[in-house]
Amino acid sequence: MNPDAVFVAVLVAAALAVTLGVALGWAASLIEPDADSLVERIDALLPQTQCGQCRYPGCRPYAAAIASGAAEIDRCPPGGDATVRALAALLDRSPRPLDPAFGAPKPAQVAWIDEEKCIGCARCLPACPVDAIVGAPRQMHTVITAQCTGCELCLPPCPVDCIELRPVPAVSLRYRQPRAA
Amino acid sequence: MAARSTFPAGLVLDAHKQQACGTPIVDLPLPRQVALALDQGSGYGAEPVVAVGAAVAMGTLVARTDYPFASALHSPLAGTVVAIETRAAAVEGGRSVCIVIESNGSDRIDDSIRPVADPDSLSPEQLTQRLRDAGIAGLGGAGFPTATKLASARDRGAQTLLLNGAECEPWICCDDALMRSAADDVVRGALILRRAAGAVRCVIAIEDDKPAAIAAMTGAIERQRDAALKVVVVPAVYPQGAERQLITTVTGVEVPADGLPADAGVICQNVATAAAVARWATRGEPILSRVVTVTGSGVAHPCNIRAPIGTALATLVAAAGGYRGTPLRLIAGGNMTGRALASDEAGLTKAMNCVLVATRDDIGSRLGAVELPCIRCGDCSNVCPAGLLPQQLYRAALADAHDALRQLGVRDCIDCGLCDYVCPSQIPLTDRFRDARRRLNAAEATAQKAADARERHELRTRRLQETATAEQQAFESVRNRARQPGDDAAGGKS
Repeated sequence: MNPDAVFVAVLVAAALAVTLGVALGWAASLIEPDADSLVERIDALLPQTQCGQCRYPGCRPYAAAIASGAAEIDRCPPGGDATVRALAALLDRSPRPLDPAFGAPKPAQVAWIDEEKCIGCARCLPACPVDAIVGAPRQMHTVITAQCTGCELCLPPCPVDCIELRPVPAVSLRYRQPRAA
Repeated sequence: MAARSTFPAGLVLDAHKQQACGTPIVDLPLPRQVALALDQGSGYGAEPVVAVGAAVAMGTLVARTDYPFASALHSPLAGTVVAIETRAAAVEGGRSVCIVIESNGSDRIDDSIRPVADPDSLSPEQLTQRLRDAGIAGLGGAGFPTATKLASARDRGAQTLLLNGAECEPWICCDDALMRSAADDVVRGALILRRAAGAVRCVIAIEDDKPAAIAAMTGAIERQRDAALKVVVVPAVYPQGAERQLITTVTGVEVPADGLPADAGVICQNVATAAAVARWATRGEPILSRVVTVTGSGVAHPCNIRAPIGTALATLVAAAGGYRGTPLRLIAGGNMTGRALASDEAGLTKAMNCVLVATRDDIGSRLGAVELPCIRCGDCSNVCPAGLLPQQLYRAALADAHDALRQLGVRDCIDCGLCDYVCPSQIPLTDRFRDARRRLNAAEATAQKAADARERHELRTRRLQETATAEQQAFESVRNRARQPGDDAAGGKS
């Protein structure tokens, strides 16, 4: 075998490798890692109660914090263990129990205003993260049950404590029809 | 005329129909008390319009509804409302709020009940509204309000009214008995339904194992002399009476999974519903009673009974001679799709076509059967009339894999129970699918609510930002205007 031919072949292969390597490196610098799409995907797994128990002002900011590594995945009590497991699967981490510092999971609930006691101060309106309270100053307020996420953020501003959280009548998933035959 | 082919798959089952079918329909004397479940089997309830203590007559409206999937309820007795409370009922969950009415022994009829003078003079829309007011609902087993179906068929331009007299499920023979004894009523009701649906043809489909019913219906049609009215004999294969399967058999067209029968140009109604429409036309009577098969090896004299809605099942069984031997299961419906009940205090509903009192002889082979692992024999796929792959669905249901369940068509399962029936490992497949469907629906509802909350939160955040920006701009423009005179003064000095 001609030693020159081997030398040329090695040279060509090496040149090709270097060229492609540089090209790929340059291409990678052009395409930004898509942080937004990761945030979107994390946000899609969060329960959207917008309750702020994770100490971020809503689900999306918390998703951004998880994506950037600023926060752990164990801060969402409304989502409970199911959300932690889903986040762990998405991010390829091991699931962990909820951090009790951020609250304990509760059954689904919605706010209810005792209209006898409500004085129409309108302080709960700006507190609601999903605009689910209808009212105006000196008018009766009421909660749009279908839109309420049960975040409890309307409780602290109320000066007469006329808002309470009531459990959502859930469809039982445990019920099994007895077998006919 | 006989249909040449039938829907794919399915299975020929032991009919067990001779037990109850030999005798004429028994008219039950008015019971002392009835319990009308607000949910009559469609899964949605009406709202009571009477209070406890109210006096009612036969045919008085006791519960009304604006909801398209629920039907109005009328008192089948003259007497007093004695309770409105949650009781055992033959509906999903086993309990429903019931209006309990006690008879005072009279047979006073409500003033609102009078014969419809001339049903042919009413427009299809008026007819539909009158049928809705009369609480007419599918008597074939689903309890779906007839008026809702009629309106949707008119909107979609269905041309054929398919009257379902297939009655494919073992044990049940109330439609057979009705067709034999009241064929003229069925035809009369069919003509009214055909007009209300805006259809031009009417086809009455009957399984080939009911020669007497076929003869009676053919005779009634001949007396009617209507060329657009005919009987089609279909093969006795379970589940021939399922709506989509029957349409495939009769028309050769498969109803799309995401469509309605009306998309195939067909509206399907049960023969018993047609007979109820005829009763409404001739007497002005809303649905106050229905024919129900009381059968099984656990009753002394299986028979068909016309009984008021709300009659306790115990009363029905007593009218059929009472219990015999050791009954193991009380089933509302047949042995394939029926619902096992915990107590015979539940009342008859509009959707209930059969009360099956089963002993070990009837269902013994499946009782106490141990569920074994799936051996992937594929028998379930071979019988599935909806063309699904039950063993794949089963794995997806165990894993609660929502995407897979949707793709494999868990919502297209018609709950016919054939996969259970043939499964050599005795896996309760239909139960699993029903369960998976309920979980899937709940998960989708939660996801939808979260999506709504996200959208509302984003809109609110944007609105707050815009308000803040606008305030900032207003502040700056005021500040700039306040500064400008100073600048002028500085310019003046220079």
